[in-house]
Amino acid sequence: MAERAPLLELRGLRTVFRVRGREITPVDGVDLAIGAGETVALVGESGSGKSVTALSVMRLLPGTARIDAGQAILHRETGPVDLAGLDAEAMRAVRGAAIGMVFQEPMTSLNPVLTIGDQITEPLLVHGRCSRAQAGERAVAMLEAVGVPDPARRLAAYPHELSGGMRQRAMIAMALICRPGLLIADEPTTALDVTIQAQIVDLLEGLQREMGMGILFVTHNLGVVADMAHRVAIMYAGRIVEEGPVAEVFARPLHPYTRGLLASVPRPGEALALRRAGGRLAAVPGQVPSLMNLPRGCAFSTRCTLATDLCRAMPPDRVSPGPGRGVRCHHWAAA
Amino acid sequence: MALFILRRIGAGLVMLVALSMLVFVLLRLAPGDPVDAYIDPSAPLSPTEMAETRARLGLDRPLPVQYLAWMRQVAAGELGYSLQRNHEPVARLLSERIGPTLLLMGSGLVIAIIVGIAAGIVSAVNRGRPLDVALSVPAFVGISSPAFLTALVGLFVFSVILRWAPSGGMRTPGLPPSTGDLLRHLVLPACLLSIGHAALIMRYMRASLIEVLNQDYVRTARSKGVRERWVIVKHAVRNALLPVVTLIGSTLGAAVGGAIFIESVFNWPGMGLMLINAVEARDYPVIMAATLVVGACVLVANILTDIAYAAVDPRIKIA
Repeated sequence: MAERAPLLELRGLRTVFRVRGREITPVDGVDLAIGAGETVALVGESGSGKSVTALSVMRLLPGTARIDAGQAILHRETGPVDLAGLDAEAMRAVRGAAIGMVFQEPMTSLNPVLTIGDQITEPLLVHGRCSRAQAGERAVAMLEAVGVPDPARRLAAYPHELSGGMRQRAMIAMALICRPGLLIADEPTTALDVTIQAQIVDLLEGLQREMGMGILFVTHNLGVVADMAHRVAIMYAGRIVEEGPVAEVFARPLHPYTRGLLASVPRPGEALALRRAGGRLAAVPGQVPSLMNLPRGCAFSTRCTLATDLCRAMPPDRVSPGPGRGVRCHHWAAA
Repeated sequence: MALFILRRIGAGLVMLVALSMLVFVLLRLAPGDPVDAYIDPSAPLSPTEMAETRARLGLDRPLPVQYLAWMRQVAAGELGYSLQRNHEPVARLLSERIGPTLLLMGSGLVIAIIVGIAAGIVSAVNRGRPLDVALSVPAFVGISSPAFLTALVGLFVFSVILRWAPSGGMRTPGLPPSTGDLLRHLVLPACLLSIGHAALIMRYMRASLIEVLNQDYVRTARSKGVRERWVIVKHAVRNALLPVVTLIGSTLGAAVGGAIFIESVFNWPGMGLMLINAVEARDYPVIMAATLVVGACVLVANILTDIAYAAVDPRIKIA
């Protein structure tokens, strides 16, 4: 694989929330790199910190949260900038222009009282990219590109007049209309029907070929990861526990948590055969530990079958077992 | 749209008829006799003369007959004559009084809506900060104060002590009528009338906007690089207004009640003052007509509220 120009580099990113007088750390020292035109999937269970990581990059965290340490370097044509250190106005100029974002819920992420056209043209207008008339034309072209039929008429429609799939297409059009170098997609298919999910994944892949943007794809759906990501990072309790090229990680997972995740994905044919044979789908035992009460050592040690005293006493450092691969496990070599 | 308005007007007419029956019956159940007012204390009427007066005014006939007779006249556009006030036509009394009342209520409501919504926005955006507290405390006081109390305290403080505004009436006697003079008389009662409503609207606006600011589409707007000021004005406020529009519509009835207090405290020559005087004198035709006009105003206001609602929220289709 050819080396890609760097686009976004997270270095030791740490985000803390104040909850009832205590601090919790949903993102605890995340290192992650996305190259230009590359799709990186950030995978994890609910509460693993993957969405907070995405929101930290956009600096769209709620008022109780703050980026406590680390950097988020965005490489732009004008040079690299640390998003974590930008002032509010400079950050505003990045949002929608250099980074577009698509959210999980197309039903609630569009403003119900504004027309689709008004919402799609808005990024162009707030970043002063073109006149209002030109913005309308570009919105039509963009809606056409994301596969919305009869785009000129849809501009005057309100969100409630569109189906869930169409709304998500409109969201994507909105996120990409300024042609950002990076698209952050926070579980963009989770709320959609399975057939629509596949369409949206195809659409994003097609748009990436056309526009060349890098994608940070936050998801818990390993099928979607296999389908479209170049690289995958597995997140657990605020840390990336394993990362690497998708094909390698799926073929040879090194972290016991990754193995558990892969084993718990139901494949319709196999699951049926398994049930007939009286077996059950493998599940990762136990639950994600509360961020209020993390174990002292490896956060996964409470659920891990390989856990030893070492795991319970000391969190593992990241080791790199091969090019582009990384894992945080004392016993990765046992895999 | 036209059909919707026609249907609402039809329903409103039925409501008005029901209201008129209710008021008619309640009035006759109340103690007191309009003929009492005809009695000159220095020359008492004999029972025969009283009966004659009653018969002349049609007050001796059975209630349903009286009601139907009144209805027939009203349907023909004839509101009757005051039993007191030198038998002036009720229609003329009303037409003199409705203007001042609409002026007072209208200005009071406009002030309440502007102040309430603006304060609600400022309070929600600065939630938990000193500015929010500074606005919320007077709002609670405003909500908790009954109209007659605010009217009297306001009159005492601003007219009697501070002498900022005249203490009553609509014009200065002896001066030629001028807009400036009218506004000087209007400003204090209108502001006092608006206090309770402004406070209520502010609390609703604040709660509604705080909820809207947590919505996903507000985060979407921020993710596009929209300036925070525009996120609030363009994306959040319109959504937050929806429940507030409903509130404003449903408080219009209460605004009428408040206006009656204010008019009597400030001697404002409107319907409220006339209604109070009419009730004291058991002037049935005036009470009935005034009640109907007030009821009609509230119904029209409610129809306007529904139309406003549809204008703010595209999801509501009026058909």
